[in-house]
Amino acid sequence: MKPILEVSRLVKEFPSRGKLFRRAPALRAVDEVSFAIAEGETFGLVGESGCGKTTTGRCVLRLIEPTSGDIRFKDLDVRALAASDLRRARRHFQIVFQDPYSSLNPRMRVGAIVEEPLVIHRVGSREERRAKVRELFELVGMDPTATSKYPHEFSGGQRQRIGLARALALSPSLVICDEPVSALDVSVQAQVVNLLLDLQKRLGLTYLFIAHDLRLVRQICDRVAVMYRGRIVELAPAEELFTAPAHTYTQALLSAIPHLQPGQKLERIPFDTSGFRALPLREVAPAHFAAV
Amino acid sequence: MKSTPDVPLLRVEHLRTVFTLPSGRDAAAVDDVSFHVARGETLGLVGESGSGKSVTALSIIRLVLPPGRIVAGRVSLDGTSLLELPEDEMRRLRGRRIGFIFQEPMVALNPVYTIGFQIEETLGVHGLARGAAAKRRALELLEAVRVPDPSRRAREYPHQLSGGLRQRAMIALALAAEPSLVIADEPTTALDVTVQAEILDLLRDMRRTFGLSLLLITHDLGVVAEMADRVAVMYGGRIVEQAPVAALFAEPAHPYTRGLLASIPGVAPGRLLRAIPGTVPSLGNLGPGCAFASRCSERFDLCDKIAPETTPLEGGRLVRCHLHARPETGGGQINA
Repeated sequence: MKPILEVSRLVKEFPSRGKLFRRAPALRAVDEVSFAIAEGETFGLVGESGCGKTTTGRCVLRLIEPTSGDIRFKDLDVRALAASDLRRARRHFQIVFQDPYSSLNPRMRVGAIVEEPLVIHRVGSREERRAKVRELFELVGMDPTATSKYPHEFSGGQRQRIGLARALALSPSLVICDEPVSALDVSVQAQVVNLLLDLQKRLGLTYLFIAHDLRLVRQICDRVAVMYRGRIVELAPAEELFTAPAHTYTQALLSAIPHLQPGQKLERIPFDTSGFRALPLREVAPAHFAAV
Repeated sequence: MKSTPDVPLLRVEHLRTVFTLPSGRDAAAVDDVSFHVARGETLGLVGESGSGKSVTALSIIRLVLPPGRIVAGRVSLDGTSLLELPEDEMRRLRGRRIGFIFQEPMVALNPVYTIGFQIEETLGVHGLARGAAAKRRALELLEAVRVPDPSRRAREYPHQLSGGLRQRAMIALALAAEPSLVIADEPTTALDVTVQAEILDLLRDMRRTFGLSLLLITHDLGVVAEMADRVAVMYGGRIVEQAPVAALFAEPAHPYTRGLLASIPGVAPGRLLRAIPGTVPSLGNLGPGCAFASRCSERFDLCDKIAPETTPLEGGRLVRCHLHARPETGGGQINA
């Protein structure tokens, strides 16, 4: 199948501050990352803080400029787009952020927040836009008469629904979900995750799902890539990754998840960070790649 | 210090802590909360945001800040009644007999002093060691919590340590005065999963070596399953269920506990998660009935009207739900 998003050898370097008169080598936050996502797929990008998963997600949207590498979205060469073309193209790929408290402008009414992308992209008349906003509110399970309220009047879960409505306003085909539920209470998390799954089915969305909650990733992703120190160390169908991890880092990561069986002690697999070497991915089983 | 083995180390009875809302009305953040922690036991206190679990912890150590205040109940530590203790005695007791571990180590660690100095100071304040002896003890403690190269780290400031190391330093600080009870409030929530695993392993070891009793406050049922002997589940300021950990996971009795366990990814079959509808109630938004009633799939007419009392069930389980109430306590039918 032709992928909807294809990322090849993506690199993002940040300048790091050196000592006086001495330049320090740049920090490679994303190091030669390649993956492709099929239409309608949920692709998980997991790893611990600082592994580069969020930077990867932002580079794909060019919210931060990659240092090198290729990003193809459908037939578009995303990296070659001029600013105005990039703006136009962004309607096809959107992002939902982690923190529902800081990602919505507190001084705007939630209806205006959801309408804003439609205004920017000059979609429809004022009346049509208002109708679309009401429709979006219903789509994400919110009361369409609540559009004149402000973000602080909503709970975290509701705010995340509003963020989602805004992301969906321009009918994107790819949505990058950056830790979309990790700031929410457990019982509310499930609601938002179910909404994401439901919307995917109804609207045929493709998700790049960035998360650190491995249980959640196993539950909802088709394929998963594990990042460590800016590199993908393993990429496999979700079930296979969780049942037969090939890279020692993945094994260590999975063995650290608290299990839900009281009284049973699972063996933790240690990971020797000093022994980590940047190796290329190779296919260890069909569709299962590992840097071993 | 005398101790009587048959009396639990910590006993909390009918604790009630209220916050005065801007409207002038009092809302109970902690309402009729009773539990105990036995010697050497770990009690997991579980709940979502606003459930009252952290306010319960703060009430125990009497650090509830206005507009909050403790209005009723009893808290006793090894026979000493804490709520009536003069403030200067309470201050001596904090840190000495009750240690704390917080989610964010930067809250507990002073940024302008070295790690070693802070541990030495704690030892000095409680009259346990001074000078060279305190220095030696501080290094021992850092070694006990597996801080690599302790003599170097002791000379460093909190900001120079990684999140995991900072958490270890805070644990060393909490254990410095060899308290009998440690209250850990979301000790691993801000950490990555591999670091979390290390800290949980460490806490388990410390519990053994120091013979600690642990009150572990968390929203993460995975952490509870790994660490706790017994669990108390809080919702809307009340403990809705208390049970030995294996029994709670095998057969949750309260609809909220059932819902919470089922909402964990990977627990229920199928791709969709089992969500609990609605949202966590906010303080001051609670009616006269059960706090969970509006989200409960098993509610009946009584649930909205009267808050259920705590009913003891078999196996040391306590549940606060009309479904389980005995007829003589005025509870309703069991419709199973």
